[in-house]
Amino acid sequence: MGIINLIKISITALLRNKGRAFLTMLGIIIGIASVIVMVSLGQSSTQNVRSELSSMGSNMIMIMPERQMRGGVDVGSGNSLTQKDLKSLQNTKYVRYVSPSVSSQAQLVFGSKNHSGSLQGVSPDYLEIRKYGMASGIMFTDEHVRSNAKVCVIGQTIVDELFGSGADPIGKSIRCGRVPLKVIGVLESKGQNQMGQDQDDIVLVPYTTIQTRFAGNKNRNNFNMIFASATSEEESELAATEITYILRNNHNIKEGDEDDFDIRTQQELLSTISSITEVLTLLLSAIASISLIVGGIGIMNIMYVTVTERTREIGLRMAIGAKQRDVMLQFLSESVILSLIGGIIGIFFGLIIAYVASKFMNLPYVVSQSAIGISFLVCAATGVFFGWYPARKAANMDPISALRYE
Amino acid sequence: MENQEVIQIRDLHRDFQVGSETVHALNGINLKIFQGEFVSIMGTSGSGKSTLLNILGCLDTPTSGEYIIHGTSVSTLNKNQLSELRNRRIGFVFQNYNLLPRTSALDNVQLPLMYNPDISSKERKERALHALEAVKLADRIHHQPNQLSGGQQQRVAIARAIVNDPVILLADEATGNLDTRTSYEIMTLFQELHSKGKTIAFVTHEPDIATFTTRTVKLRDGKIILDENITQQSAATALAEYEKNMKHDQI
Ligand SMILES: Nc1ncnc2c1ncn2[C@@H]1O[C@H](COP(=O)(O)OP(=O)(O)OP(=O)(O)O)[C@@H](O)[C@H]1O
Ligand SMILES: [Mg+2]
Repeated sequence: MGIINLIKISITALLRNKGRAFLTMLGIIIGIASVIVMVSLGQSSTQNVRSELSSMGSNMIMIMPERQMRGGVDVGSGNSLTQKDLKSLQNTKYVRYVSPSVSSQAQLVFGSKNHSGSLQGVSPDYLEIRKYGMASGIMFTDEHVRSNAKVCVIGQTIVDELFGSGADPIGKSIRCGRVPLKVIGVLESKGQNQMGQDQDDIVLVPYTTIQTRFAGNKNRNNFNMIFASATSEEESELAATEITYILRNNHNIKEGDEDDFDIRTQQELLSTISSITEVLTLLLSAIASISLIVGGIGIMNIMYVTVTERTREIGLRMAIGAKQRDVMLQFLSESVILSLIGGIIGIFFGLIIAYVASKFMNLPYVVSQSAIGISFLVCAATGVFFGWYPARKAANMDPISALRYE
Repeated sequence: MENQEVIQIRDLHRDFQVGSETVHALNGINLKIFQGEFVSIMGTSGSGKSTLLNILGCLDTPTSGEYIIHGTSVSTLNKNQLSELRNRRIGFVFQNYNLLPRTSALDNVQLPLMYNPDISSKERKERALHALEAVKLADRIHHQPNQLSGGQQQRVAIARAIVNDPVILLADEATGNLDTRTSYEIMTLFQELHSKGKTIAFVTHEPDIATFTTRTVKLRDGKIILDENITQQSAATALAEYEKNMKHDQI
């Protein structure tokens, strides 16, 4: 029997019982739809994290001091990053921007309004490293840094809190404790980051200003952190190696001893987060595919019922010349067609649900072509796998007793 | 073509094993059926009629003995070849019609040709229409079985049996489910097909139905106890007679 006749026979047989065909497909529809939803939400959140991280600067490198033990004795104080390190990092091959970071908690006051936040002492490069833009005014300069200038650049949240939204704070002074800081610039709004932190709740001041004027700071010559930016995303690792070399040299660390600092590249973070979301996606998809198996068993169940119910039809087909193979293929293709159509409907619904859900959760909408392709193959395989035994049962019937079946 | 053997059976046995006992359903059958014969196979219940017909139709294979259909010895064929033989050379009519439910008469009749890859869909449809015309159902081709009377359903089944132009038409109690009048109609149809040259083997246990054939073979306990040519009665005449009597009875 030709393939076209085979498909024709199977489809007409399925159309004879539309309601049941649909109910049989339902399991597959739900299974495939949930797999598609899981995979595409997983991928969209991965993508979301990626774009979030790269908006923070995908070639950003963070250097943090670390307590260091040598022979069981604490020799470092956790204040290993110094002005000297900053200087040497400014003359390197793979590092383009460097900015130290020191911070201080402060109550910000303007007129009758106040806001508790933290001051972050950085150098002008910080803007480039963290990919902040200026909404108005200017960033402070190296000259401001040299002179411990009492200036600041603030984020949109600070503007809203202290000045009221829409107000122009440029030129006005905020009081931080006893120190007045003149606002010389406002940062472009960045919104919340992946962890839900408000990235606009920020006050940038020259790091020297923090070190010299905010008495609470114990470590006048040390930095909490150094931010750097590699020349390119690809060169992040090279830059990290270079920084390690320079800092070990600066800190006189002997070969074999551990670093007294910790370097984190954005690339590392990215791959860590990606692998976490990938595992999660895989896990969720695995759970979802259980419903696919249940759907497949549903098909097998119905195919068994169908074969028994259509015993006389099978006998008749054999009597008029259907070979065993023809009968086998007919029932097999019925189950494959069922699961494929179920799969198509499932993919369709899955994409719609994923779309709605991603809009709802504020995620980018990702159509995973590989998930669609794999779903399709899985459906065909499900049809064959779960249709096999019922089809074989049909093909092995004895035509005479099948024809007599009541 | 006259006097050519369509079917040739020599010392045919068919045993069934039921538990420890062996049932000799057919016990040494010798039979030849010639081109253009209309044979009725008679006998009491359990005498082996259906068993014989199933073997004639290559649905079943003999335990021993030889069966040659249209020059082909059946015992040499494998399952697939038997299927093909049924598809190309045999037409079956069953007592309970065995039409596919929720399927139009036209599609039901086309079914055997679906299993013949040499026949295009166009030719398939033409031949099915032709067969439905031959059974006088040209105006019912799109009806489904549940929209047809028993007699009409059996006509569809007959059309399906002749659509592949078989060398022999096999019917097992084809009138068994029908009332007298409809039985006569179906027999009229069989006689028409016979007069056009079809070879027919017809199982029945109604003696009056057997009179419409040209030869009677009687079985008892798996053996042929009588095999004679008879004078064929006209089913059309019997039908007319019957209808006249019915009218008479009503008055
Ligand atoms: N599959 C089988 N297994 C065991 N015995 C069988 C089988 N088929 C038929 N027989 C036996 O073979 C004998 C002949 O059966 P068959 O069906 O040919 O009778 P029949 O002449 O067609 O009867 P009826 O007029 O009732 O249809 C019976 O005794 C029956 O019990
Ligand atoms: Mg019988």
